[in-house]
Amino acid sequence: MIPGMQDRKELARSTVDEAMRVGASAAEVLINDGLEFSTIVRLGAVEKLAQTRSRRLGMRIFNGKRCAISSTSDFSASSLHQMVCDTRNMARATGEDSASGIPSMDLYARALPELRLYFPAAGSLAAEQKIELARSCEDASRHCDPRINNSQGAGFSDSVATVTYANSIGVCADYDKSVCSLFATPLAESNGQKQRDYWLATHPDLTRLQSPREVGAEAARRVLRRLGARSVATCSVPVVFDPRTAAALLKHIADAASGTALVRRASFLVDKLGSQVASPWVTICDDALLPYGLGSRPFDAEGIPSQSTTVIRAGVLESYLLDSYSARKLGRRSTANSNRPLHGAPAAGPSNFYLKPGNVTPGEIIGAVKNGLYVTELIGFGVNLVSGNFSQGAAGLWINGGHLSFPVQEITIAGNLRDMLTSIEAVGNDLLSLGEIFAPTLLIGRMVVSGS
Amino acid sequence: MTSGKTEQTSIFADRFGVTLQDLDRLLSAAFTKGGDYADVYLEYRTREMLALEEGMLKSATKSIFQGAGVRVIAGDKTGYASADSLEMSEILPAATMAGTIALNAGPSSRPHSANRGSPRNLYPAVQPLVNLDLAPKLHLLEEANGAARAYDARIAEVRVVLANELKHVLVYSSENPAVYDVQPLTVFQVSCIAGMDGERQIGIKGGGGRVGLEFFEAKPPSYFARNAARQAVLLLSAREAPAGPMPVVLGPGWPGILLHEAVGHGLEADFNRKNLSAFSGRIGQRVASELCSVVDDGTLPGRRGSLNVDDEGNPTSRTVLIENGILRHYMQDALSARLAGTAPTGNGRRESYAFAPMPRMTNTFMLPGANSPEEIIRSVDMGLYAVDFGGGQVDITNGKFVFSASEAYLIEGGRITAPVKGATLIGNGPEVLTRVTMVGNDLALDEGLGTCNKDGQSVAVGVGTPTLKIGEITVGGTRR
Repeated sequence: MIPGMQDRKELARSTVDEAMRVGASAAEVLINDGLEFSTIVRLGAVEKLAQTRSRRLGMRIFNGKRCAISSTSDFSASSLHQMVCDTRNMARATGEDSASGIPSMDLYARALPELRLYFPAAGSLAAEQKIELARSCEDASRHCDPRINNSQGAGFSDSVATVTYANSIGVCADYDKSVCSLFATPLAESNGQKQRDYWLATHPDLTRLQSPREVGAEAARRVLRRLGARSVATCSVPVVFDPRTAAALLKHIADAASGTALVRRASFLVDKLGSQVASPWVTICDDALLPYGLGSRPFDAEGIPSQSTTVIRAGVLESYLLDSYSARKLGRRSTANSNRPLHGAPAAGPSNFYLKPGNVTPGEIIGAVKNGLYVTELIGFGVNLVSGNFSQGAAGLWINGGHLSFPVQEITIAGNLRDMLTSIEAVGNDLLSLGEIFAPTLLIGRMVVSGS
Repeated sequence: MTSGKTEQTSIFADRFGVTLQDLDRLLSAAFTKGGDYADVYLEYRTREMLALEEGMLKSATKSIFQGAGVRVIAGDKTGYASADSLEMSEILPAATMAGTIALNAGPSSRPHSANRGSPRNLYPAVQPLVNLDLAPKLHLLEEANGAARAYDARIAEVRVVLANELKHVLVYSSENPAVYDVQPLTVFQVSCIAGMDGERQIGIKGGGGRVGLEFFEAKPPSYFARNAARQAVLLLSAREAPAGPMPVVLGPGWPGILLHEAVGHGLEADFNRKNLSAFSGRIGQRVASELCSVVDDGTLPGRRGSLNVDDEGNPTSRTVLIENGILRHYMQDALSARLAGTAPTGNGRRESYAFAPMPRMTNTFMLPGANSPEEIIRSVDMGLYAVDFGGGQVDITNGKFVFSASEAYLIEGGRITAPVKGATLIGNGPEVLTRVTMVGNDLALDEGLGTCNKDGQSVAVGVGTPTLKIGEITVGGTRR
């Protein structure tokens, strides 16, 4: 698929063999080889064309119950040999940890799932056609209202990647995947107030990607409804999260459910397995097998066949997201949730992580709120996963008598994730996959809104 | 690279055999279809991360990043292509690809090629930590772990991380001769979790810069460790933060992140050139109280945000952003400066060879004023004193910014009283500095942990401020 490196499996296997030859007790290699094209069009003209070739080989080498990690983009034989030796040396210096080791053989017993992750449609487009997608997306975001008078640009990007895994107990596999995306970022101005918003669509298959017209129109709708925003007086009210901000909320739940955070006891979900941590309306799943999921994959970063895991069922915490290390450490079994950013260490984390939709419409949820906040944007880093403290900047629309009445900004919403989860009073039916983590509209019974 | 000196000392020449002729070939390929400007950026970076948990070296990671990026500018259009390789056979196609942006934009100025080393050395680290043996580095981790655990019986978890990198860069452009720089960067960070009666809190402290082992003589690991442990324990007894508008006093140092978010991003030239910023078109206007002067200075020795040259090969500088309340200058990269007809300010930075540069901050801080910190605190009847922050974010278009306090106290009757947790500040960038009513005489820069993210690219930055009083800003807590 990507020219240049024909046999990645062979390279992965031979690097594992090299590690064993220099004295490793076990070893694994993960290779990511990708090619990305992106373009940005601003005010009708091409602003940027970029192409990025990225390939990286990561290894983890064990010396009994000790291990070390490395990665490189230098694939020359001499450099790889040096990296293998350096990693082996580091593995001799790290501490002995009884939970350390290559995943046990039984985790590989299941057959790899057959998933369709690679779609060739975007790859067959010429650069001019990709520019045209971005251009028509920007046009759709700009030319629907005179108050939209500027643009930060619209863009199209597509990438393909091959992921290859091999280890010293004979596992070797690979897969190809594709992804493309389209976004628009219009600016609007009215009475001296400038606002900006965006919409982004992402899909593995270009032929199923939201159209440029839809993406542009949604971005325009979002920026226009922000015009005239003001702060509100400090109060304590029901808060409705739209799917985009609900997904941001869910990201914190995924981080808190990560085995890596739990091993460090750096999560408010520590020691909570089997207990009611959320309201009964809440069921959260991690599913690496989801058709067209952006986080779908046949195996995780340890080569373990993917699965679907219910993390919270009807409010009860049923499982963490575990890689083989955190699973051993916590006395459980890997859920095939090892993620490895190739420049860093593997950690347990989500694949496709979502909150199951309920059966009320977003309109019904808003309609039931007499006086409250509809949040469409969250900014800042005011989330503490250890204590659960949550305090973030927000923007959105004020709900008055069950209707969206005026835009608000320069406010914060605050609470504690533990309380927020248990006070989710309604879950919408509008689940929309906006990324690897997604959620429908949510209603949280009461939060403190801080403003003027 | 005509002079023998760089030819001998550059890792790109020594290890990868990249010659001056190669660089000229890349620029020629980039200019195939014309264009106004082109540059080649070569990078070779090694990074190691050591993490101590449960009292043992739990994780040891080493990474090598190598690659090249070629950029062509034609008018306000940018073509960019990168390769994860320093082999000419892989960089040359990238150069040609980047050149397709120009689409017959006309003939270009010919590159001139004379060598220039980096003009000064702001980070003469005797020995970059990444090249040292493991033993002295392990000692730093263990010292911090011991000090944190000894601080208080309520400290339940301690994690200590030492991350070191050494980045070789070579920038060659159609306007500047080849510039080669070797940039060390070290971060040392201690996280402590304290627990009591089911309540759990985290304290995080650390520091670093473009420094060697000598950094830890002035600031030993135990200094950061005790401070992180103290913060975690303090938060166990902290009250819920108040909610609503009130006077806020920022402590010296890292709270300068206010300047980074509230005004810094809004003064980056790309946003202003495109009229996207709340500060667009406001040069010469009053944007802050006359007590406020804010600078961006990439020339401070050893600081995390400092560089001999930026990622376009231009020397970094000290840029006055706001002088006595008046907006003076934006931060420029080569593209924005060219389109504005002004000089670059050495603020063109990129995360790596995989990205085109943008205007970015270096070390951004407010100059000291006349008041003592004590008299500033005394002047507040009821308000918040914030001394440490997690992170911040800004919407540069409407100017709204937030930043989250990780250590803050109530001020009652002119005295610092109870610690509070979970306080986020939200304000309006163009407005907040007009509300500064007192500026302290105690300017401090941060310890060296700051990382700034813009358009998906992370770069190391510094911030700083003296003690600062803001007459009124909204605090987002839960206690009404």
